[in-house]
Amino acid sequence: MNATIGNEATGNTDDDVLLQVQDLVVEIPTRHGTLRPVDGVGFTIRRGEILGVVGESGAGKSITGAAIIGLLDRPAHIAGGSVTLAGTRIDGLSERELQRVRGARIGTVFQDPSTSLDPLKSIGDQLAETALAHLPISRGEARERALQALIDVGIPAAAERLDAWPHQFSGGMRQRVVIALALIAEPELVIADEPTTALDVSVQAQVLTLLRRLCTERGVGVMLVTHDMGVIAETTDRVAVLYAGRVAEIGPTRRVLTDAAHPYTRGLMGSTPDTSPARDIGDRLVQIPGAMPGLTAIPVGCAFHPRCPSAMSICAMREPPVTVLGDTAVRCWLHEDL
Amino acid sequence: MPPTRSDDKVGDTTVTVPRPGRLSRAWQSDIAWSFRHSPVAIVAAIVFFTLVFAALAAPLIAPHTPFDPATLNLMDGFTPPMGEGLGSGSLYWLGTDDQGRDVFSTILYGMRLSLMIGLAAVGFAAVLGVSLGLIAGYAGGWVDALIMRIADIQLTFPSILVALLIFGVARGLLPPESREQMAVWVLILSIGLSEWVQFARTVRSSAMVEAKKDYVQAARLVGRRPVAILFRHLLPNVMGPVLVIGTIYLALAIITEATLSFLGVGAPPTSPSLGTLINIGQDYLFSGEWWILLFPSLTLLALALSVNLLGDWLRDVLNPKLR
Amino acid sequence: MFAYVVRRALQGVLVLFVVAFIAFTMFRFVGDPLDGLLGQEATQLDRVELRERLGLNDAVPVQFARFVGNALQGEFGNSYRNGVPVAGMIAERLPATLELALVSALFATLLGIALGVYTAINRDGWLANTIMSASLIGVSLPTFLIGVLLIWVFAVELGWLPSFGRGETGNLFGWDSSLVTVSGLKSLVLPAITLGLYQMTLVMRLVRAEMLEVLRTDYIRFARARGLSERAVNFGHALKNTLVPVITIIGLQVGQITAFAIVTETVFQWPGVGLLFINAIQFVDIPVMATYLLLVGTLFVTINLIVDVLYAVIDPRLRAERPAGGAST
Repeated sequence: MNATIGNEATGNTDDDVLLQVQDLVVEIPTRHGTLRPVDGVGFTIRRGEILGVVGESGAGKSITGAAIIGLLDRPAHIAGGSVTLAGTRIDGLSERELQRVRGARIGTVFQDPSTSLDPLKSIGDQLAETALAHLPISRGEARERALQALIDVGIPAAAERLDAWPHQFSGGMRQRVVIALALIAEPELVIADEPTTALDVSVQAQVLTLLRRLCTERGVGVMLVTHDMGVIAETTDRVAVLYAGRVAEIGPTRRVLTDAAHPYTRGLMGSTPDTSPARDIGDRLVQIPGAMPGLTAIPVGCAFHPRCPSAMSICAMREPPVTVLGDTAVRCWLHEDL
Repeated sequence: MPPTRSDDKVGDTTVTVPRPGRLSRAWQSDIAWSFRHSPVAIVAAIVFFTLVFAALAAPLIAPHTPFDPATLNLMDGFTPPMGEGLGSGSLYWLGTDDQGRDVFSTILYGMRLSLMIGLAAVGFAAVLGVSLGLIAGYAGGWVDALIMRIADIQLTFPSILVALLIFGVARGLLPPESREQMAVWVLILSIGLSEWVQFARTVRSSAMVEAKKDYVQAARLVGRRPVAILFRHLLPNVMGPVLVIGTIYLALAIITEATLSFLGVGAPPTSPSLGTLINIGQDYLFSGEWWILLFPSLTLLALALSVNLLGDWLRDVLNPKLR
Repeated sequence: MFAYVVRRALQGVLVLFVVAFIAFTMFRFVGDPLDGLLGQEATQLDRVELRERLGLNDAVPVQFARFVGNALQGEFGNSYRNGVPVAGMIAERLPATLELALVSALFATLLGIALGVYTAINRDGWLANTIMSASLIGVSLPTFLIGVLLIWVFAVELGWLPSFGRGETGNLFGWDSSLVTVSGLKSLVLPAITLGLYQMTLVMRLVRAEMLEVLRTDYIRFARARGLSERAVNFGHALKNTLVPVITIIGLQVGQITAFAIVTETVFQWPGVGLLFINAIQFVDIPVMATYLLLVGTLFVTINLIVDVLYAVIDPRLRAERPAGGAST
C-alpha cells in the first residue's frame, strides 16, 4: 500500500493539517493467526474540519480511533504506519507522553454515555480533575472551568447540577457532559466514536449540532466515527469510507454522497432511506448482498470483490492501488487506468 | 473464534475439506488445546494421578504394613529418614514414628484412606445434590421452595461447621463401642452432607429450563416417567459445571477430612489418614522428629494443590465469558 | 427497601428457628439428658422423678417453647462433662475467641485489599504472578497445616514466638485482653496469621477479580482517554468502585473466621469457645455442642442481615435508572 490516501485529496497547503494518519496497520496476534483489523488506513484532518469515518461494524473504524490515542486493548498493537499530530509523531510514544496528549491535545467521546462516567464521582469532580490534569490552574479555577464547560454544552441550571451524580442525568444530558469532558482541556482534535448511536433519535440531532458548533467555534478538528450515513450527511465536511480495515474512498461529503466513486460507497448510499424529495418515491432500498468478511477470511485481491456488482477478474487477484480523482481518492480498479 | 467452515470459496471453485475423525477432533478441541498449552494443568494432572496411583497401589508398593501390629517393632521407633531401624534393621526411607510404623507406608495407606473418603463424600454429595436439584427444578412449587430453603439455611454455615455438627450428632447417636468402627462412614456422611448444596443449585436451574420443554410434556402424555427422561437429557448439559464443582469440592473434601482427622474427630489412629498423621507429627516437633510431620504435610499439600489447580484450569476453560 | 429489609429479617428469624429446633433436638434426643445429672447410685425411681421434674414427659412443642424461653434468658443447661452451666463456660471463653477473630479479620482484610489491588494493577509483573501462585497454595493449605508449619518454623526452629496458649492477659476496657501485654501480643501473632491467611487469600483474589473487571469498564477507558495519570485512574476511580461490592463480602467473612477459629484454637490450644466446642464433640457433651450451635447461628444470621441491609443501602444509588428516557434535554 504505497500511495497515501487523503493527503493529496484536497490539494491544500500543509499548514492546516492537524492529524495525518499514514498506512496505519494494527495487528492482533491470536491462536488462529495474526489478524489485521486495520490494514493500511490513511487520511488527514485539517483544523476545524469534521472528517466522518464510516463503515459497517467490524470495518476497523473504532480500532483506528483507539490506535491514534494509544488505547488499543492488549494484545492489539500498531504494527506499521504513522500517526502525526500537528507535525509530531504520536504513535510509539511512551505511556507517560501519551497521557499528555490524551485530553490535552486529543479529546475523546465514546459511544455509550451511560457507561462512560464513573458512577461514584460527581460530574463536577470528573470535569475538574480533567482540567487539573492538563492545565496549570488551581482547584478553584478548575471548578469554575467545570461550571463553564457545563454551560457551554447547554446543561440547564448548571450551577446546581455541578455536584450531581451521573445517574441523575438523562442519556442526552450525559453525552453532553461527555462532550464537555472531551473539550475542557482545550484539545486540538476530538475523536468521537459513534457519539449518538446509543441515544434516542430525537436527541441525536441536538448532540450532533452541539458537537459541530463547539468544534467549529474553537477550530477543533473532529474525527467522527459512525455507521450511520445520515449522520455523515448532516455533520461532516469530508468522509472516509472504510471496508475490511482499508479506506475504500475518501473525499468531500457532498461529492461522495451524490457521486460515489467506489461501488461499496454506492451500495451504502443505495441502502440508506433517503427522505429528500429529489428521489423518486418507489426507489427500493438497495441492499448489498453478502456481509463484510470476518478478519480470518479476508478475500485475496480487493476485499470487496465477492460482493461487488462491477467486479472484474483483476479484482480477485490484486489489491487496487489508490487513485486520486480531483479532491477524492478511491481504491478501486474501475478507476485505475490499466 | 470458531474454525473456518469446511467449504471455502477460492476464486470460482469450491473446495471441500473433509471433517477429521472424532478422536482427532477431540485432540484439536478447545479443551485439549487449552490443556496442552497450560503447563500448570499438565503438571497438576501428573502430580494428581501419580498420587492417586500410588494410593491405589498402596497394598502392592508399600514396603511395610503399618497396621499389622505383628509386623511392628517398637525398637524401630523414631528412626530418621533413610535410617535403619534399631530393632529390625530394615531401611526406612522416610523414617518411622513413635510406634515404629514406617512413615512412607503410612503415608501411602493414609492417602488411600483420605482419597477414598474424599471421593466417596463428593460422590455422595453429587448424587444427593443432583437428585435434589432435579426434583426441585422439575417439581417446582412447595417442594422446590422447601429444598431451596434448606439449602439456603445450610449455606449460611461454613461447611466445616456443618460437617463437625453432623459428625458430633451421628457419634452421639451411636453406642460408644461402634464409634470407632463407624468413623469412616460417619466421616463420609458428614462431609457429603455438607457439600450437596452447590450441586443442587446448579442442576436446579437447568432442570427448571428443561422441564418446560416439549419433550418432557410429551413423555408425560405417553405415560413414560418424565423424571427419567429429564435426567437423561439434562445430564450432558449439566456435566460441565458439575465437573467443575466436583473438583473444587473434592479438594474441599480432602481438606475437610484432613482437618477433622487432625482435630481427633476423624480417622482414628488405628487407621490414620494424612490428617491424623500430622496431628501425631505435631506432638513430636519439639523433640526433633521432624519427619513425622513434614512428609505427610507435603503429601497433603501436593494432593490438595493439584486438585485445586486442575479445578481452576477446568473452570477457566469452561467459562463462557472468557472465550 | 423497607420491605426488603423486613423480608430478610423474617428469613433470618426462620433460620434461627430451625437452628434452635435442631439444637433442641440435640439436647433432648441425642444421648440421654439424664446421664449428666444423676450420680452412679441413682435408682429407677430417681430417674422417673427427675424426668417428671425436668418436664421431659411434656409434649414436644411445650418442651421446645420452654427451651427457647430458657435460651433467651441465657439458661442453657449444664455441661455433661463437668456439670457446670454452659452459659458460664461460654461467657468465660468468648473474649479470647473474639479477640483472635478480630485481629485476624483486620489482618486478612487490610493485607488482602492491598495485595489484591497490587496484583490487579501490575497484572503481568513477576511479583504479582508469584503472589498469585502463592495464593493458590494459601487456598489449598488447610488451616491446621498452616498453623502447625508456622509453629515448626517460628516456635521450634527459630524460637521467636510461643507455640501455644494466650500468654499473659491484661485489662483492656474491663476485660482480659492479650493486646496489652508483650507475651500476649507475641502469642497472638501466629494464631492470627493462621486464622487470617485463608481469608486474606480469598479477599485478595476477590479484590483482584473485581478490580480487573472495573479496569475493563468504559468509564475507566474514558478516564484514560482524558489523559488522567495511572494513579488517578487506579486510585481515584477504580479503587472506590472495586471496594463497594467487596466490603459487603468481607462482612460475610466473619462466619468463616468463626468456623476456622475452631481449628486454630485447637492447634494453638487457644482458650476460646472453638476449643470448647471440639472438646465437646470428643466427649459427646451435647449441651455445649448445642449451645455453641445456637450462638454461632445467631451470629451468622445477624451478620447476614446487616450485610444485606448494607448492600441495599449502597446499591440503589448505583442501580438508579435513567430518569425519564430521552426527553429533549
